[in-house]
Amino acid sequence: MGAAVTSAPNPAPRPERVTRQDVETAPAGSASGGRPPGAPGRTARPHRARRENLAGYLFMSPWIAGFLLLTAGPMVASLYFAFTDYNLFDAPKWIGLDNFTEMFGDARWRTSVEITGWYVVIGTPLKLAAALGVALLLNQSRRGQGFYRAAFYAPSLIGASVSIAIVWRAIFSDGAAVDRAQQVFGMEAGGWIGDPDRIIYALVALTVWQFGAPMVIFLAGLKQVPRELYEAAQVDGASPWRRFWHITLPMISPVLFFNVLLETIHSFQIFGSAYIIGSQGNACGPADGTLVYTCYLYIQGFENSRMGLASAMAWMLLLAVGLVTAVLFWSQRRWVHYEEGAR
Amino acid sequence: MSLARTGARTTGPRTTGPETTGTRNGKKRTAGSIAWHLGSLAVLAVILYPVVWVIGGSFKPNDEIVGSLTLFPTDPLTDNYQRLADGIADIPISTFFGNSLFLAVGSVVGVLISSSLSAYAFAKIGFAGRGVLFTLMIGTLLLPYHVLLIPQYVLFQKLELINTYTPLLLGKYLATDAFFVFLMLQFMRGLPKELDEAARLDGCGHLRTYWSIVLPLCRPALITSAIFTFINAWNDFMGPLIYLNEPEKYTVSLGLKMFVDQDGVANYGGMIAMSLVALLPVVAFFLAFQRYLIDGMATSGLKG
Repeated sequence: MGAAVTSAPNPAPRPERVTRQDVETAPAGSASGGRPPGAPGRTARPHRARRENLAGYLFMSPWIAGFLLLTAGPMVASLYFAFTDYNLFDAPKWIGLDNFTEMFGDARWRTSVEITGWYVVIGTPLKLAAALGVALLLNQSRRGQGFYRAAFYAPSLIGASVSIAIVWRAIFSDGAAVDRAQQVFGMEAGGWIGDPDRIIYALVALTVWQFGAPMVIFLAGLKQVPRELYEAAQVDGASPWRRFWHITLPMISPVLFFNVLLETIHSFQIFGSAYIIGSQGNACGPADGTLVYTCYLYIQGFENSRMGLASAMAWMLLLAVGLVTAVLFWSQRRWVHYEEGAR
Repeated sequence: MSLARTGARTTGPRTTGPETTGTRNGKKRTAGSIAWHLGSLAVLAVILYPVVWVIGGSFKPNDEIVGSLTLFPTDPLTDNYQRLADGIADIPISTFFGNSLFLAVGSVVGVLISSSLSAYAFAKIGFAGRGVLFTLMIGTLLLPYHVLLIPQYVLFQKLELINTYTPLLLGKYLATDAFFVFLMLQFMRGLPKELDEAARLDGCGHLRTYWSIVLPLCRPALITSAIFTFINAWNDFMGPLIYLNEPEKYTVSLGLKMFVDQDGVANYGGMIAMSLVALLPVVAFFLAFQRYLIDGMATSGLKG
């Protein structure tokens, strides 16, 4: 499409240039019309391809160096460390599967799996439900929409910071705002921060508070749903609920899939907020109430210098995330509808 | 879906929602509008409550912060802020801010250069092996960072780079943040092909096409990436926690952590005052550039 459009208005000055430039830089497809028969295109093509390859790898060189040095190499090393006893200073000693057997037998490890599991299973759906609900509310052309969208998005930018973790500590501590509100409703007294069983819900509240990022993605998806569908459904007398269930949800299912995938993977990796929110001079306190998986990985690796064990833990995390990703991709055939002709 | 197209769609005239298309009378429409605003304001109140509470709290005396439900102090004090001038553990807080600023700006420069180079190669150069590298790049998008934590630390420890800023910056200059490569790539794909083809016919090599044609046109994607990188670097906690061990080199995040460790619950006033000051740069960026951030975020989801 492009070549035809641009060459039509000024066909005169081009051909002489093309014959010259074709040798060096013109892309293979674009010159097809302009090249006069017998031009040096055929002999020049291997030369051109070599130049493209050279340019490509020069532009890619930072990424390739980064990939080898900081991603691929470390992954191989990590896989090796997972089967060794390694404290960073003595040479790694091969111990086979000992790290894994120790890990599975460790009650604290199981606690961290449990806490992370709860966090992912409760936090992610709540956050996405909030994001979708508010996106549906905002998806109307009314004055102030832009303001609300921006305001609701803001927590996503600051939510992961140490500052907000400290704010959360204050709000959820004994006698503070949340404690008082509970007493008003006749619930059990006491803040959530000091209670190892309830502190995880402070963390869940923090992630739900950051619903803005998936909300923005939902909103962009909702904007693409054709209005005619709703109008037709309304003519047919479909209730708002049926319109949501049979039009909105299928139409935004690719965006929903993307959000579920991304938020789930992120939830598995929560660290900073969990570290700070319960910390009392020690990471992830009190009584391991916010001992999420990465917190325990940090403790084993950097506080106990168990680099081998921590690597084994990291690989278990990778397996878990990989498994969840695979299941999500497998399940999308059943519930994600891609428009025909869409990429 | 390219950013250019999404941007056009969000800023273009919107079709009216189903609520307003019917033959409703004006009264019903006003009622709907009021209900909508009430709903939105209710969400806003929940979102803002912690922020307002903490701003009020930072002007309260210590014993009044926790245990008082009133949002604002009866007689505001600036003691909490004045005490910040003493620094944390004898280190002035300007040191932490300087360190964080250095890291954040250094990260922005690195990400802009390295990610745009890779994005250009993926979008505009037909080199052998592009497909394989692209697949690998997308793969790193989903890779949990923690798998690389230990081996990267071992690597930098062997290179004797612990307690320097190199481990925190090197990756930014080597385009390891695939999200930004992807964001710029999506944008470059949306640029009209005629532009760079015309440039080539006029004798531009790839370097000139990249620098004089593609980069200037990518300004929105570059701005989005720059702000996200700055905010991420500013908020980063795990990286500095692992790699820095001298308080003089600490970032704001680590300074705050030191505050927590040192004072615990005894000094909430100072802690939340410092927390608020630490958030100021992020909030300023958000207020100035929220359009770029939200459009960039929306794009990332449309072509998953």
